[in-house]
Amino acid sequence: MIDHPIVYQADQIFVLLKHWLIGQLPSSVQPAAGVLLSVVVIICLFPALFAVTTIIERKGLGRMQNRLGPNRTGPFGILQPIADGIKSLTKEDIVPTSADGVVHFLAPVLLVVVVFMGFAVLPMGRNMALTDMDAGLLFFFAIGASTELSVFMAGWSSRNKYSLLGAMRAVAQMISYEVPLLLSSVAVVMITGSLSLNKIVEAQNHYTWGLPHWYIFTPWGLAGFLIFCIAATAETNRSPFDLPEGESELVAGYHTEYSGFKFALFFLGEYVGMFSISGLGATLFLGGWSAPLQILNFIPSWFWFFSKLMAAICVFIWMRGTFPRLRQDQLMNFAWKFCLPLVLTNLFVTALWRFLGEGWLRWALCTAILVVVYVAMARAEMRSGHFGSRRYRYAE
Amino acid sequence: MFGEGILKGLAETAKNFFGSYVSADRLTTVEYPEKRLEPIEAARVFPFLVYDGGDWQAGLRCVACQICEKECPPKCIYIEKSKDKKPDAVGKMQFYPTRFDIDVSVCMSCQICVEVCPFDAIKMDKLFELATDDRFGGLILDRGMLAKSNQYFHGIHPTEAAEVDARLTAERAKSAAKAGAPAAKDAGRPQPPPPGEK
Repeated sequence: MIDHPIVYQADQIFVLLKHWLIGQLPSSVQPAAGVLLSVVVIICLFPALFAVTTIIERKGLGRMQNRLGPNRTGPFGILQPIADGIKSLTKEDIVPTSADGVVHFLAPVLLVVVVFMGFAVLPMGRNMALTDMDAGLLFFFAIGASTELSVFMAGWSSRNKYSLLGAMRAVAQMISYEVPLLLSSVAVVMITGSLSLNKIVEAQNHYTWGLPHWYIFTPWGLAGFLIFCIAATAETNRSPFDLPEGESELVAGYHTEYSGFKFALFFLGEYVGMFSISGLGATLFLGGWSAPLQILNFIPSWFWFFSKLMAAICVFIWMRGTFPRLRQDQLMNFAWKFCLPLVLTNLFVTALWRFLGEGWLRWALCTAILVVVYVAMARAEMRSGHFGSRRYRYAE
Repeated sequence: MFGEGILKGLAETAKNFFGSYVSADRLTTVEYPEKRLEPIEAARVFPFLVYDGGDWQAGLRCVACQICEKECPPKCIYIEKSKDKKPDAVGKMQFYPTRFDIDVSVCMSCQICVEVCPFDAIKMDKLFELATDDRFGGLILDRGMLAKSNQYFHGIHPTEAAEVDARLTAERAKSAAKAGAPAAKDAGRPQPPPPGEK
């Protein structure tokens, strides 16, 4: 269906537009101009999405708590992000006297730079990845791991106990959850046989009876996706894993001492981080830019990618509206004693899936192993007291 | 144990989310400047001065005894006593305040001035939108702004106003009967017990 000229042009509209634009330039500067143009588009697009997301989040959270949410700025409050932006731009930028000025300034800048770099390898539509790196997934995780550094820079340079506590929590949490995040993606790499995100999407872009071959529709893919979601939530410091900035405990965690536009940059970094990790999740397990049904292939691929991304963001908001924050020991127990064994089991199941060949046997076997391990671990954890309601040793 | 509590919680918030678009009863928010809730009768925010009759300068019950000024914990009342006397609501000669200012920014709405006033001259109002853009002059309310009629008092606190009126009429009748004529000059009006001591 993609062969139809109109469908093809709608699908490739941004690619064709870019080619036409850089075609106007002399051929010696064309490669550099092409990259620059894509970078500028990414840098403009995701902050715009961030603005939309803040209003969706505030309205959505309000509705989940039976409130109205912001509704004063413009019709239904849709101009709220503009008001927020003006406010954060005009606020005084305060640097504490005892803070390390250079590091204090660099931390938000580094965070934003690093989270934007993840988009370099994400395919946002057919032929719409900035670079087609062979080790794209590896690059993504390597870059993603640097956010820990900027968070710790912020916490350390502020010279504030709450900032430092928040930063230490952040580092502990992000490094712990990096492990299940990576290992759940490794399953996808094992099946696809490539670290290139483009190849991973291509591998899922097949249809049987009009239904897609997304990895989430396999036992190992579903388990991997769920663990990926949990780890991604923790990785982006979102509720219920928002201990690093837990406002009821630590004022605002690592960005306590930030105000004005630097604070806005931290916010931007957090949300753009959410976008990139959601995009990665969609690429790995939800077929990237491929349509959910074969007959829907006439809708452009970039539309599907951004729909999946925004759906993931809505789930993030939904979770934020539902779950209370975890305690630090619960968080660590969950990462190391539950997610890690489960994701290792999932790797084993994936290998089994790969070598059992087609047929119902691998479905039954893989599902059975995952369910049995899940139930057994939940029971064991419950009995050992790591899960469930808290037991007080002295105040029964 | 297996995460069913998580699903239950997600279902609950989803129900809230969609329900808030369907049933207006879920949204308890009253959008304040456009819609407002009538304050309850016992609401008390800021004091005002009661006057009888139609003219506030003639009918002000306050006799500038300055008890409220002395009792006010944050000292937000400023009173200047008159040199001359003028007849009050029942025709008795009384001092009156030439200046009676209350600083809104200092007042803490404790109602102690109301409780100590022997003349039922100062009462609590329901108005709460006292913000102003003039932070020097606008926050000090003078006696012209503070004076409000007895009818207004009946309008905002009917129960309390009826009780005060009944007591005042009884006392005025009693003092009129005891003195025979409004000749009791220096004794002044018999003082009713302060409401706080009842």
